[in-house]
Amino acid sequence: MRMASRENRPILITASFIVLILAIGTAYTLATQGSASFISANYLLQQLQVASFLGIVAAGMMLVILLGHIDLSVPWTIAAAAMMATAVGGSWAVPVGLGVGLAVGLFNGLGVAHLRVPSMIFTLGVNAVLRGLMILHTGGFAPQTQSTGVMEFLAVGRVFGVPMALVVWVALSAVVVVILTRTTLGRYIYAVGNREAAAYLSGIDTRLVLIAAFVLCGLCAGLSGVLLAGYSTKAYQGMGDAYLLPAIAAVVIGGTNILGGQGRYAGTVMGVILITLLTSVLSVMQIDESGRQVIYGLVIIVMLLLYGRSSTRRQA
Amino acid sequence: MSDIALKLRQNLGLLLAIGLFVVFYGIYNAYHPRGFSPQILVQNANESFVLAMVAMAQTVPVLMGGLDLSVGALMTMINCLASYLLQGSPMEIAAGILICLAVGTLAGLSNGCLVVYGRIQPIIATLASGAVFMGIALFLRPSPGGNVDGDIAWALTNDLYEVAATYGFADGGDAAWFQWFAWIPVPLLLLVLVVVFVWLPFRRSVTGRGVYAVGSAEGAAYMSGIPIDRCKLAAFTLAGLFAAIGGVYLALQTSSGNADVPQAGSYTLNSIAAVVIGGTSLMGGVGGAVGSLFGALVIRSISFNFRIFDVDPLLQTLIEGVVLLAAVSLGAARILRVKNRLELMG
Amino acid sequence: MPFLELESISKHYGGVHALQNVDFSCERGSIHAVLGENGAGKSTLIKIIAGVVKPDGGTIRLDGREVTFDSPAEANRNGIVCIFQELSLLPDLSVADNICIANPPRRFGMIDRRAQRRRAEDLLARIGCSDVHPLEKVRNLPLSRRQMVEIAKALGQEPSVIMFDEATSALTSADVEKVYAILKELKARNLAILYISHRMHEIEALADTCSVFRNGRHIETFAKGSRSESAIVQMMIGREIAQIFPPKPGGSPKGQVALEVRGLSWAERLNDITFNVREGEVLGLGGLDGQGQRDVLLALFGVLRGVEGSVAIKGRPRRISSPAAAKRGRRSMALIPEDRKSEGLMLEMSVSDNLSLAALNRFATGPFIGRAAERASVEAMIAKLRIRLGDPDDPAANLSGGNQQKVVIGKWLMTEPGIILLNDPTRGIDVGTKQELYQLLRDLADAGAAIVFYSTDYDELIGCCDRVLILYDGRIVRELEGEEINETNIVASSLNIDVSGEVPHAGAVS
Repeated sequence: MRMASRENRPILITASFIVLILAIGTAYTLATQGSASFISANYLLQQLQVASFLGIVAAGMMLVILLGHIDLSVPWTIAAAAMMATAVGGSWAVPVGLGVGLAVGLFNGLGVAHLRVPSMIFTLGVNAVLRGLMILHTGGFAPQTQSTGVMEFLAVGRVFGVPMALVVWVALSAVVVVILTRTTLGRYIYAVGNREAAAYLSGIDTRLVLIAAFVLCGLCAGLSGVLLAGYSTKAYQGMGDAYLLPAIAAVVIGGTNILGGQGRYAGTVMGVILITLLTSVLSVMQIDESGRQVIYGLVIIVMLLLYGRSSTRRQA
Repeated sequence: MSDIALKLRQNLGLLLAIGLFVVFYGIYNAYHPRGFSPQILVQNANESFVLAMVAMAQTVPVLMGGLDLSVGALMTMINCLASYLLQGSPMEIAAGILICLAVGTLAGLSNGCLVVYGRIQPIIATLASGAVFMGIALFLRPSPGGNVDGDIAWALTNDLYEVAATYGFADGGDAAWFQWFAWIPVPLLLLVLVVVFVWLPFRRSVTGRGVYAVGSAEGAAYMSGIPIDRCKLAAFTLAGLFAAIGGVYLALQTSSGNADVPQAGSYTLNSIAAVVIGGTSLMGGVGGAVGSLFGALVIRSISFNFRIFDVDPLLQTLIEGVVLLAAVSLGAARILRVKNRLELMG
Repeated sequence: MPFLELESISKHYGGVHALQNVDFSCERGSIHAVLGENGAGKSTLIKIIAGVVKPDGGTIRLDGREVTFDSPAEANRNGIVCIFQELSLLPDLSVADNICIANPPRRFGMIDRRAQRRRAEDLLARIGCSDVHPLEKVRNLPLSRRQMVEIAKALGQEPSVIMFDEATSALTSADVEKVYAILKELKARNLAILYISHRMHEIEALADTCSVFRNGRHIETFAKGSRSESAIVQMMIGREIAQIFPPKPGGSPKGQVALEVRGLSWAERLNDITFNVREGEVLGLGGLDGQGQRDVLLALFGVLRGVEGSVAIKGRPRRISSPAAAKRGRRSMALIPEDRKSEGLMLEMSVSDNLSLAALNRFATGPFIGRAAERASVEAMIAKLRIRLGDPDDPAANLSGGNQQKVVIGKWLMTEPGIILLNDPTRGIDVGTKQELYQLLRDLADAGAAIVFYSTDYDELIGCCDRVLILYDGRIVRELEGEEINETNIVASSLNIDVSGEVPHAGAVS
C-alpha cells in the first residue's frame, strides 16, 4: 500500500492537536501550580499506560472498521473476559480471558459472514446477550473474585521503568501493522473493505477474512478486559462501556474511513493518544463531566472538519 | 399482479413487525390477570411512548442511508430542558413545550449541517454531537430533578377520561357521548397524531420521497435532480423533532429531568434494533416510521412478558438479549432467500 | 443556425485532456451519432451537455442563447435530457415514482399518487411497455425493463434535446426494436437526438449524421453513408485496421477436454445444460439477452446456490461452491465479470494492488507478501497487456474503461488459468482495446487455455469463436461450428426458429 498524502494528513493533524492539548495543559499547570507536569516523562508514561487499554481495543476495532463493519459487542466482551478471568483465577486466568474474547469474536464473525446479518445489529444483540450472561453469572452483584498476579503485572507492572501495559500495546501494534501492510490477510482486508463483491469474485474467501477480523477484534477486547481487571484488581459491571465510543472515535480521528477500505494504523495510535490526553487534561483542569462531554464531541467534529472529508460516493 | 398483492408483497417487513407485536402483546394480555383492560393499555402505552418516538426519530436518517447515534442523547437533553420549562401557567407550559420542540428540531438540524456542509459521515457526526448533547443535558441537570406541572403530567400520561376530568370538560369525563373515546390512552393518541399529521405528510412530500431516493441510490438521486442536501437536512431535522417529543413526554412521565448517560445510550441502541425489527433496511431506501413504531412496541412487549411469567430477574436481561439477537437476526438474515451470492454483497 | 452548439469546449481531469477545443453542433429533427474510442471524449461531451460536469472553457448555445448548467436538474429544466449507461433510477422506489421523480404532480403540497400513476402508465404505453406495473419496485425489474423505464422517464420530461449514451447495450432485441421506433418518432417530433453507440449496424439503421471523436478532439462530422466503415474506423483509431478479428485456426481442436458440463440446472433459469470445452478452443455463448448465458458462467464459477448437475475439469469431477474454490487446482478457472466497476475492481485501491489480488499467494511465503516479486509481476503484466496509466500506484478509478478492463483481465492472467470464462467483456469498450482483447484470447487459446465467451455482440461471436452454443430459455437449442457460425444461424437460433423460416416471427431482428 503506497501512502498517499491524503492518508498522511489526518495523522499530522492529530499529532498537532496532541501538541496543542499538551500546550494548553502545561499553560494551565504553570498558571495554577507553577509546574509543567504535563510534559514530564513520568506523566507522559503514565498517560501512555492508560492509553494502552483504549489502544488495544481500538486496534481490534480498526480491523473491523476497515472492512466496513463495526463491533458493538466490545463493552461486554471486555467485561465478560475480565469476569471470567478473575473467576477462574490462577494460571488459567489470562488464557480464559483471551478465550472469551476469541469466542465472542468467532460468534460475531459467523453471524456477520454466514448469516449476513448487518454487523451493527448482530454485535448489538451479542452485547446484550453477554450482559445477560454476566448478570446471571454474578447474581447481579459486583464480582468478588480477585485478579491474578499476572494480570496485575501486565496492567500495572513496569519493565525497566516502562509500563508493562504499554509494552503489550506496542507489541500488539507491531503485530497489527505487520498484518495490515505485509500479509495477504491485510491486503484482503483492504480489498473486502473496498468492495466485497469484487473481492469475492477475485477468489478471496471473504467469509474467512470477516471472521478473522472479528476474531482479532474480540481477542483485543478480551486482552483489554484482562488488563483492566488487573488494573482495578477486580472486574466490575459495565467496565467496558466507557471504551466503545472512544475506540471508534480514535479509529476515525486517525483517518480510517468509517465505510472501510482506507486507513493507516499509525493514525489509530495517534487518535488513542489524543483522546487519552484530552480526557486527562480536562480532568486536571477540573472541568466537570458535562464540560468534558461537550469538549470531547467538539474536538471530534473540529478534527473531522479539518480533514476536508469529501463525500466519496461509495454507493450507487 | 393486482395492486393489493403487490403492496402486500412490498410491505412484508412491516407486516412481520405487526405480527410479532400482536403475538407478544397478545400473550402478555392473555396471561395477565387484568389483561385486555384499559388500565393495562394505558400503562403499556405510557411505557412505550418514548422508545416509539426515539425509534421513529432513528428511522428517518436510516432511510437516507445514514444513522443517528445521538437520538438518545438528544431526547435526554430535551428531557432535562423540559424539566425546567413545563411549569407555571398554561400559556407558560405551552410555550415551554414549543421551546423544547424547537430546540430539539434545531439540534437535529445541526446534525444535518454537520453531515451536509461538514461532509462528515453520519455515524461519526452523530457520535460526536451525541456527546455534546449529553454534556448540555448534564449541565442542565447534574443530578436528576426538576418540576413538572402535575396536572398536565397526569392528564397526558393517562387516558382521555383523565384529560377531561383534570381539565373539566365533557362533564368531567362522564358524558355519555364521550365514553366512545374515554378509554383511549393519550400516548396512543399522540402516536397516531404524530404519524398522521407529521410522518405521513412528510413521506408523501417531495422531500420525503427524496429521503427514500437518497437512501436507495444517492448517485442516481443526484442525476435525477433530487435536492440531496435539502433531503439530508430534512431527515436529521425531523429526527430531532421526534426525539424532542420523546424527551418532553419523558419529563411528563417521570416529572423530572435525568441526564442518565447509560440510559441515553440504551435508548439509542434500542432505537436501532426497533428500526430493524420494524422492517427498515439499514442500507436505506426501504421501510418507514410506522414499522419502527411497531418495532419499539415489540421490544417493549417482550419485556412486559417477563413480568407475568415471573421470570427470574437475573435471567431477564439474558432472555431480552437473546430474543433481541434472534429477532434482528431473523429479520435481517437474507441468506435464506438468496440464490445468487453476489446479491448478498454490497 | 444549429439548435445546439458547442464552441471551444475543453475539459481536463488532472493532466488528462478529456476534451480539447471541441466545436460541435446538432440540429433538431435529426439523429446524430457520436462515435469514438473510449477516452475519445464522447461521454465527457454528453456529460457536459447534460449538466453533469462543467467545462473548463468554451460556450454552449441552445437555440441561439448561451447557457451554463450547474446540475443535471438545471439541464433538464432547459429541455436537455440524457439516458446514461449507468442508470439514474432509484431501485427501491416504484416505477411511477421514478418516472415522475423530478416534477411530480402535486396536491396540497404532497405528491398526487393517482395522477402520478396515470402519467407513468401513459408514458409506459407510449414506449410499448404497458406490461410494466407502475407500482412495482424498479429493483424487481430485469435490466432491460429498467432501461425502458429510464427512457420513459426521459420522455416524461418533454425534452427538446435527448441523448443516449450506449442506451441499447442492456436491452433485449425486442426492446431494441421499440427504442428504434421511439427514436424515429422523436425525430418526427423535431427533437435533437444525440446517440452514442459502438454498434455499427445500429448507426447504419438510425443515424442521419455522424461525428467522430478521437483523443478529445472532434475529428469530423459527415452524413451517414458518405464514409465507408473502414474509413470510419480509421478516423476513430487513427491507424489503418487490416482486420478486426485474428484468424481462427480452423479444423477441429486437437486438445483434450478441459471442461465437461453435464445436466447443469439452476432455479428456473438453467435447464439441463450439457457441453464440453477443449483446450485451445474458444466456445461462445449466444442468444437473446437474459436466456441464461450469464447464469451458466456464474454457476460454473461457484457463485450460485442450488446448482444441480455435474462439472468435471480435466476428467476429475469437481464440486465448485465458490470463486475461491474455482481458483484452486491445477486447472484453475477465471471469470471476467459483467460489471468491471462493481465486480471486477477495487476502484480506490491502486492498479498494482488490483492486478496482484487474485494471485497474491503466488508472491507469498507463508502469510507474508514478497513485495519485489509482486512488483515485478505487476510491471510485466502492465507491459504485456499495454495498459495505459500514469503510475501503477494510481487508483484504478483513474483509468479509462478499456484499461480498467485490461486490469481485470490481467488480474486473472496472473493466476495462469486453464479455463477462462468471460461475461460480456467488451461491453462499452473502444474498438482499439477490443481488438487487443480478441488477439489476446486467441493467443491464450493457442497456449492451451479453454475459453468460454459470452457476448451480446454477434460479430464477436462470429469473429472469435470456434463453436457457438445458442441458449434459449435456459437451454441449449443449437450448436454452431465453423462455417455454420454466421449471423443468420445465430439470429434464427436465438429466436428458436428453424432457418428454413417456418414461423414468420414478428419483430425481425436487424
